[in-house]
Parts: sequence; C-alpha cells; structure tokens
Amino acid sequence: MPSLILGIESTAHTFGASVASTDGRILSDAKRVYVPLSGRGIHPREAAQHHSSIADAVIRDALAEAKVTARELDGVAVALGPGLGPALRIGATLARAIASKLDIPLIPVHHAIGHIEIGALTTHSRDPLVVLLSGGHTTIAAFASRRWRIYGETEDITIGNLLDMFAREAGLASPGGAEIERLAAKGKNFIELPYTVKGNDVSYSGLLTAATKLLRAGRPVEDLCFSVQEVSFSMLAEAVERSLAHTEKKELLLVGGVASNMALRRKLEIVASEHGVVFWAVDPRFAGDCGAQISWTGALAFGCRLFADIEHSQVKPRWRVDEVDIPWR
Amino acid sequence: MRWISRGGKIGVLIRKGAEASIFLEEWRGRRVVVKTRLPKAYRVDSLDASIRLARTSREAHLLHDSKRAGVPTPTVYQVDTGTCTIIMEYVNGPRLKEALAEMDQPSLRRACKHVGSLIGHLHSGGIVHGDLTTSNMILRDGAKLFFIDFGLSDYSHELEARGVDLLLMSRAFKSTHYALYSRAFAAVIDGYRDVVGRSDTELTLRKMHEVETRGRYSERSQTGLVPDIQ
Repeated sequence: MPSLILGIESTAHTFGASVASTDGRILSDAKRVYVPLSGRGIHPREAAQHHSSIADAVIRDALAEAKVTARELDGVAVALGPGLGPALRIGATLARAIASKLDIPLIPVHHAIGHIEIGALTTHSRDPLVVLLSGGHTTIAAFASRRWRIYGETEDITIGNLLDMFAREAGLASPGGAEIERLAAKGKNFIELPYTVKGNDVSYSGLLTAATKLLRAGRPVEDLCFSVQEVSFSMLAEAVERSLAHTEKKELLLVGGVASNMALRRKLEIVASEHGVVFWAVDPRFAGDCGAQISWTGALAFGCRLFADIEHSQVKPRWRVDEVDIPWR
Repeated sequence: MRWISRGGKIGVLIRKGAEASIFLEEWRGRRVVVKTRLPKAYRVDSLDASIRLARTSREAHLLHDSKRAGVPTPTVYQVDTGTCTIIMEYVNGPRLKEALAEMDQPSLRRACKHVGSLIGHLHSGGIVHGDLTTSNMILRDGAKLFFIDFGLSDYSHELEARGVDLLLMSRAFKSTHYALYSRAFAAVIDGYRDVVGRSDTELTLRKMHEVETRGRYSERSQTGLVPDIQ
C-alpha cells in the first residue's frame, strides 16, 4: 500500500500544495501565485503576506482534488530552501503545524532537487545531465555518488533574473519571460549583445546592462527581446554543450520554469542531437514552481526515512543543491 | 567516424568537443591535429561567425604565447580563419581526467602540483586559460603535461580573471574528481604558490571565493538534507 505525502512549496512567488503517492502518482497540484505590482520585483514580505492569506485554501484544494483527508496523510514535505526567508517561513510553519497535529513525519525538501525529481518522474530519463533554469537557478549538474555535482552555473544573475529584470525595464506584464518570448517572435533584427561564457559558466549581468541601455536609447523592444533571448540562450546552449563533452552523459534533462520557453528548447534539442544525446524536458504543467515537485521529492525521501525534528527544521534561504545528500538514487 | 579533409586525405575524428571537431591527420609527413570550429546551428549566423573567428584567432595566438610563458602546448603549424581551422601538433597521451584515476597518492599529488605551477606560469605571463578542466590537459609519456583548448583564453593581468580561472579548476575537481577534491586542489594551490608567491596566491584565492559567492545560493553548510539550527 503506497504512502501519501502532502508537499508544500513557498520559496518565492508561488504557494503550492500537492499530494503524491510513494508509487509515483501526483494526485493533485494546487497553487496560487503572488503577482507584484506592474514594473516591480518580488517583495519578500508581500509575497509572505500573500501566501499566508491563501495557504489554507490551497492546501484544502490539494486534499480535495486528491480525494484524500488529512488523516490519511503519511507525511508532510516542505521546501525549506533555497528562497526568500519570509516566504519560506510560511510554508515551514504550516508544515510543522500539520506534522505535529497529525503526528506524522516532517520531510525537508530542497526546492531545486524538487525541480529535478519532478523532471525525472515526468520523463524517462535515467542518468541525465540536468539543466535547471528558473528565477533562482541557472545550474548544470549531474549525479554521482549520492550528490548532484555542479558542472556549470551562472557567475552572477540567473537566466530567470535576466528575463524578469529586462521585462520590467521594458514595462512588460508579469510573468516577464513569457512576454519576452511572445515579443521575440516578432523581432527580426539581431542586435549584438555581450556573449560571456567562462568554461561551463555563464555571466548575464553585462548582457542585462547592455540590453537595458539600448532599450533606453530607443531600440525596438521586439528586436531587443529577440536578441536577449538569442544571446542568453546560445550562451547556455554552449555551456551545456561543453558540460556534455566533459561528462559524456547520454541524456539531457531540462527542468525549471524557463524550461517552457520553446526557443530555448529548440536550441538545446540541437545541441543534444548533434552529440547523439537523448533530450528530455519536464512536463510543462510542472515546469514552474509547484507543490508537486515537493510532494514527489518528499515521497522519495519518505522511503529513506529522511525526517526532520520540528525543532531542527529552520528554513535555509541559501541552501545549495550540491550539499544535499541523496540516498534514493 | 571518418571525414574527408580538404586535402583529400582521410582523417579520423578523434574527439567531438563542445566547440570544435578534432581530426587526426597526416600533414607534411607529420601526425597532426586538425581542429575545426564548425558552425553551430543553435546560434544566429552573424553571432556564430564572429565567435568562431575570434576564438580561432585567439587560440592560435595564445597557444603560441603560452609556450613562451613556460607552459607546454601543441605547436601551431597553420591557421585558416576562413574555415576556422587550426592545424597543430598531435600530443599523444591520456587526458588528465583519465590519467588521475590511475594514479597512486604521491603521483597524484605531484601531477596536481604540476598543474598548479603551470597555471601559475600562465598567470605570471599575463594569460588566463578560461576553461581549466582535466579534459583540457594531456599527459604525454606519463610525465610531460600539455595544456590545450585555448579558445576561451585571454591576455589579462586582472585578479578577477585569475580568480575565475582557479574557480573553474576547483569546480572541475569538485564535480569530476569529487573523491580526490580536497587533496587534489590543495596540491594545485601548492604548485601555484611556488610560482606566483604567497601573497598573490592569497589575493587570487580571495577573489576566487568572492566570485564563487556572487552567484545566488552560496552559503556553505555541511549537513546535507536535514538542515542545521540557525
């Protein structure tokens, strides 16, 4: 009889709750997303206020959709990091309360491991080179000996930051990445922008500065969206290609919110096919932050009895993915 | 996999790297490596052309100048910027990535110290490699270490660029040789210090750490999945 795990996600914009079973079924995935005022970035305290005002409803939705009562749960998993402290604390506080009320284990989950595991669950990847792209991560990793080992990452801002910040500069509606993708399709002229690859690492801050300056100088926003995507995605494709050549992995798995961008997917598909590598991308329903990435990773950790005492379950806003010990792979 | 070269000779593809395809060929009676930067379909044409041209020309110059700095590199025989091709000396031997796995403790330490001293020579000569991994080092006859792949290299005396160089080296050991990481990288730094001196080494390591913690999530903890008390 499989066990049922409730997962809670609250690292940034999204408050999500989901029920997963330990035999690999996602029974529900409810969420509500905090949208900052137009032209502004995420405000940690406002995000936390948003989450606390809707958390109860989202968790009820997740249970109802899964047709599960709270009493049937076998464990509660929560993303303890990385992310925004105030937002993380909403999820953590609720998870502790639920675990102690129902007297079930509390399972700490690393948010990025959640992205990877939901990607693995929704594809048939076995031993991939993982490309994790989101607001919080731009990371190229592969698994070896109980850890995800990092082969490449951003040396400054993430690809999600780059797209969000440029979108805000251009006055585009949130979520900025999707709007940039839409406008980029109308861009015709390629504008040269700084292309910075260092080994398997990328650096996006110079690109953001240059694109912002050109925007203020009156260059067409469509052309700039097109060029920002072209340059930033090509840099990433190159870093991925370098990591593939170095690791000699035979599969590539794309996960995280930016995974739903089709222009990016096409570039990585080209890289994969040139190297005879199988390309996978996470199911688009679970690409962005969601409860399912936490409930399913919680289910994997539940099988290994990776529980936390309530008094040792503080949030970890700067938790690194290569610090997480993974016994289930 | 076989490929017909421009000269009509049959070359063997010995490695399909990220940037370039590497063919083993005969050229004027020698065994040579023909490194061609083929167009990348994922980049728009103008961007792709300028990257391939810049890197080909840069690599040719830096392969040569690194020798002058005291770092063994393949000798460049011919450069064709039209096809983005460099014909260079064939260095026969395993990549350090494979060679390290076979070594006992003393040879491992010796090899890593040697790597560090070569990086030190590059930096003292005003060059940063830009892509230091154990895939980009070849061990010939079990003793002589060659650095290859200078496509991302640059002339620079800047601390930032040197810090990035050491960070890339450290990351390569941490990801690919995780079981050896702390001993191996410590030996690299010992070798580096022997060449550039104590104070410059400290400055560069401090910069390396600064670059490393510039990314988003970089606070170090040791506990793994179960978080510690804050």
